[in-house]
Amino acid sequence: MEIINAFALIINYIIIPGLTYGCQLALGALGVTIIYTVLRFSNFAHGELMSFGAMTSILITWIISYFGISIFPLPTVILALPISILITISYCLLVDKFCFKYHREKNSKNVISLIVSIGVMFFTSGLIRVLIGPNDRTINDGERFIISAREFKEITGLTEGISLKLSQSITIIVSIIAVVLLFWFLNKTKTGKSMRAYSDNKDLALLSGIKTENIIFYTWLITGTLACIAGTLYGLDKSYKPFTYLQLVLPIFAAAIVGGIGNPVGAIIGGFVISFSELLITFSYNKFLSYLIPINFLPEGSLQLLSTNYKIAISFIILVLVLILKPTGIYKGKLL
Amino acid sequence: MKTDFISEKKYINSYFVCAFLFLLVGLFQSWNVAFSILNLCLISSIMSIGINIQWGNSGIVNFGVMGFAAIGGLCGVLISMPPTLEVWKDGTAIILIILFSFLISGILIKKFWKIFVHNKHLKILLSIIIILFSLYLIKSIFIPSTNFIENTNSAKTGYIGGLNLPIILSWPIAGLFCGVIAFLIGKIALGLRSDYLAIATLGISEIIIYIIKNEEWLARGVKNVNGLPRPVPYEIDLQKNEFLQIISETLNLSVIEFSSLIVKSLYSILFILVLLIIFFLLQKAIKSPWGRMMRAVRDNEISAEAMGINVKKRHLQVFIIGSAIIGISGAMLTTLDGQFTPSSYQPLRYTFLIWIMVIIGGSGNNHGAIIGGFAIWFFWIQAEPIGIFLIELITIFLSDQNEMKLYLLNHAAYMRLLLMGLVLILALRFFPKGIIEEEKRL
Amino acid sequence: MLLDVKEIICGYENTIIVDGCNFSVKKGDIACIVGPNGAGKSTAMKAIFGLIPIKSGKVIFKNEDITSLNPQERVMKGMSFVPQNNNIFQEMSVEENLEMGAFIHQSSMNKNLKNVYNLFPILNEKKSQIAGELSGGQRQQLAVGRALMTNPVLLMLDEPSAGVSPIVMKDLFKKLQVISKMGTSILVVEQNAKQALEISNLGFVLQNGKNKYNDTGKALLQNPEVRVSFLGG
Repeated sequence: MEIINAFALIINYIIIPGLTYGCQLALGALGVTIIYTVLRFSNFAHGELMSFGAMTSILITWIISYFGISIFPLPTVILALPISILITISYCLLVDKFCFKYHREKNSKNVISLIVSIGVMFFTSGLIRVLIGPNDRTINDGERFIISAREFKEITGLTEGISLKLSQSITIIVSIIAVVLLFWFLNKTKTGKSMRAYSDNKDLALLSGIKTENIIFYTWLITGTLACIAGTLYGLDKSYKPFTYLQLVLPIFAAAIVGGIGNPVGAIIGGFVISFSELLITFSYNKFLSYLIPINFLPEGSLQLLSTNYKIAISFIILVLVLILKPTGIYKGKLL
Repeated sequence: MKTDFISEKKYINSYFVCAFLFLLVGLFQSWNVAFSILNLCLISSIMSIGINIQWGNSGIVNFGVMGFAAIGGLCGVLISMPPTLEVWKDGTAIILIILFSFLISGILIKKFWKIFVHNKHLKILLSIIIILFSLYLIKSIFIPSTNFIENTNSAKTGYIGGLNLPIILSWPIAGLFCGVIAFLIGKIALGLRSDYLAIATLGISEIIIYIIKNEEWLARGVKNVNGLPRPVPYEIDLQKNEFLQIISETLNLSVIEFSSLIVKSLYSILFILVLLIIFFLLQKAIKSPWGRMMRAVRDNEISAEAMGINVKKRHLQVFIIGSAIIGISGAMLTTLDGQFTPSSYQPLRYTFLIWIMVIIGGSGNNHGAIIGGFAIWFFWIQAEPIGIFLIELITIFLSDQNEMKLYLLNHAAYMRLLLMGLVLILALRFFPKGIIEEEKRL
Repeated sequence: MLLDVKEIICGYENTIIVDGCNFSVKKGDIACIVGPNGAGKSTAMKAIFGLIPIKSGKVIFKNEDITSLNPQERVMKGMSFVPQNNNIFQEMSVEENLEMGAFIHQSSMNKNLKNVYNLFPILNEKKSQIAGELSGGQRQQLAVGRALMTNPVLLMLDEPSAGVSPIVMKDLFKKLQVISKMGTSILVVEQNAKQALEISNLGFVLQNGKNKYNDTGKALLQNPEVRVSFLGG
């Protein structure tokens, strides 16, 4: 019984939140990685693109709710998602047309594209704040819990409860669907393969008759979709605050780089590495151990590796360590 | 030479435009506002000179401006504030500082290993021992002493305090200190290529901010340090001065306004002095053989290396100098504010905005960096009125009570972000060389 | 005449590398361009394929002036090119590499795939392996196979033997003979002049961007002047 309680504790405080946050990071990192492999620059605007996606989702949800349409217990935002994905893709394509295309055709250094992406970041964050304001918005109008900690305790009779939020399970399910579709697209379809070919060997891809414009189009299509989904899911889980997305850029880069930038599988693994290390390092193990070993043997004081204040800093520390010790990441990614 | 003449004329013109804008603000808004803008323009210019040295002269992408500025600010606190005697007397603070530096310099261990340890297993074993030992130190000494310090008169001090020296001293010391930190960072990160270096420095600067925010014993963290001593007189003292009272009367200004004007202009004089010193030292360095070598390294690393230049070492030098300059400006900023607020350090404002200044001003040219600093900071401050104006223009056909119009006007403050992004994107596309092009030198 | 290249002049920015070259290839030919280093062999081939702009001169393919077409359009017309370096997609499987070769000729892909596998059985064996893990010779076969996926009338190869062992080279040249017998003409730029001329029925010797000798492969091999200056005696 004690052991089951310990497990319940771990599942509730580490596994479920870790999976949720990991999914959000992984979706973000996939977007960054795809831009990096195809267009060869680090897109600092990706966080803001996610924010843009979340914003359009909210705006469309408002319109849908205005007509009284609802799919309770699911949040209305699920209905809005397809439309906001389309809007985010269009925005990405416009941004590419007016900002990145010129430098790509001029063969500017990739640092220049990186700096352009900072301009896009500024512009987008300004646009978002002008349109929706800087305040906190709740997206979730559906059922809050699939199972709450109290219900769980009542059903199982354990002292530790496991709560599963609806938003968490939606995040995990939608992410799985998105990732499966993405991998199917990249590995099984002709267009997906041509994208991989283009990122692998651009000159040869051109010789084979693969057209740059098409590849760029599909790249932004995928990036926009991923950014919109990731942004909306993050907002759904935590509530939408425009400024948080800027802070999300570095953890996303961390995830992409830890996994090996340019490698989609690596991006997903990286997302989970970051999310779980954040939780595992700042988790206080006192209660967990109290279930497993006799109280007399418990060490005094808090059994926490780092205070919770440093939670986000952990992703930065991992990022810096990986960059210094093994810049290619877990799966060998591309290096500039 | 003709080209030199043109660029010289161009930057003199640009300085005139800056002065003109300053006059405009002074005459139409107020001289107080004009001087506040000028002071921050000066600090921004110094920061962008720091980045310009790295990016324009060596192609190093340093996205860690925020971190160095914060360290500079921290130096301001640690130099100027009175020490918290209780924690110094019993030695807690000293132990803590030694321990803290020991933990921070843990990064350097990697370098020592190369000298002493060659066996891979021994390496892993040693690193585990070191980590466990540091954890033990943290648990048994570090945390109790931080708790002690943070609980000592926590409402007022709760930190180790400073050295009670004149705050102006913190400027050169901040430069030195940031130089040392930049040496450590450069040693481990400068081997990375452009994009990776950018991300790494950004990450490191975030870590620095996190440490400053959370280690309250160091500089009170998010509780902020207020009331830093000033290098210039206080307004209240000036207001008591009879001579100044008479002058302010003859100038038809209120005494309060006049005194704050004097304080601000004194700051401006100090800042201009620092700017001039840094500028002339750098111009001298750039014209020297060393500067020529730096440009050779930037233009073609491989052939520079083939000529026998130690590229890594040059990069490290430039990284240190640039970061030290940013540190100085960080300390100046804290001096001007009279307070140290770690939570105000945001990458958008401290890293990316400075980068926009460098790009707009024209990389590879210190005049450009100064002009860029002036122009962008001016624009950053004045973007809100410009934004309101633009929104008014777009919605000119809507009534004043129109909800859409009111809504947009309400959010006009954020137009500055939007406009700044636009400026950067357009500049990179249409004026990639910036306001002032790099001077052609042989 | 399948390919007729008339007096092309091309180069990079201010330097002219190919200065008035003529080549003509008939159906079923194996033509080979040889010459010393820096003679402009590879540049000439790239210009024929449209990778480098031509300053003056004409490229006529199947009685049609294609001088102004871009490489992709030339692929559509029936040309195919195997670059010297980076001529495979390293991170993709062998079969995916071939599929990408057939990107614009999707309709006849299965037939072409079968042909390539018949020609290079080793590729069939390793079709799901990542191309970057293949040996040097296998990579070269894959590169040729990829180029054949468009079912070209003219296959152009830029130094196919660079960096492979003599045995692999010999094998590759044999395959080229098979390919030409199947109806695809071949134009190859080679450093190993002797071996290349042995399998070619046409040879062009280039020097300083100009044609020095044009003759059949056999004749060139027996020409004492060519032997002394280009074939090492």
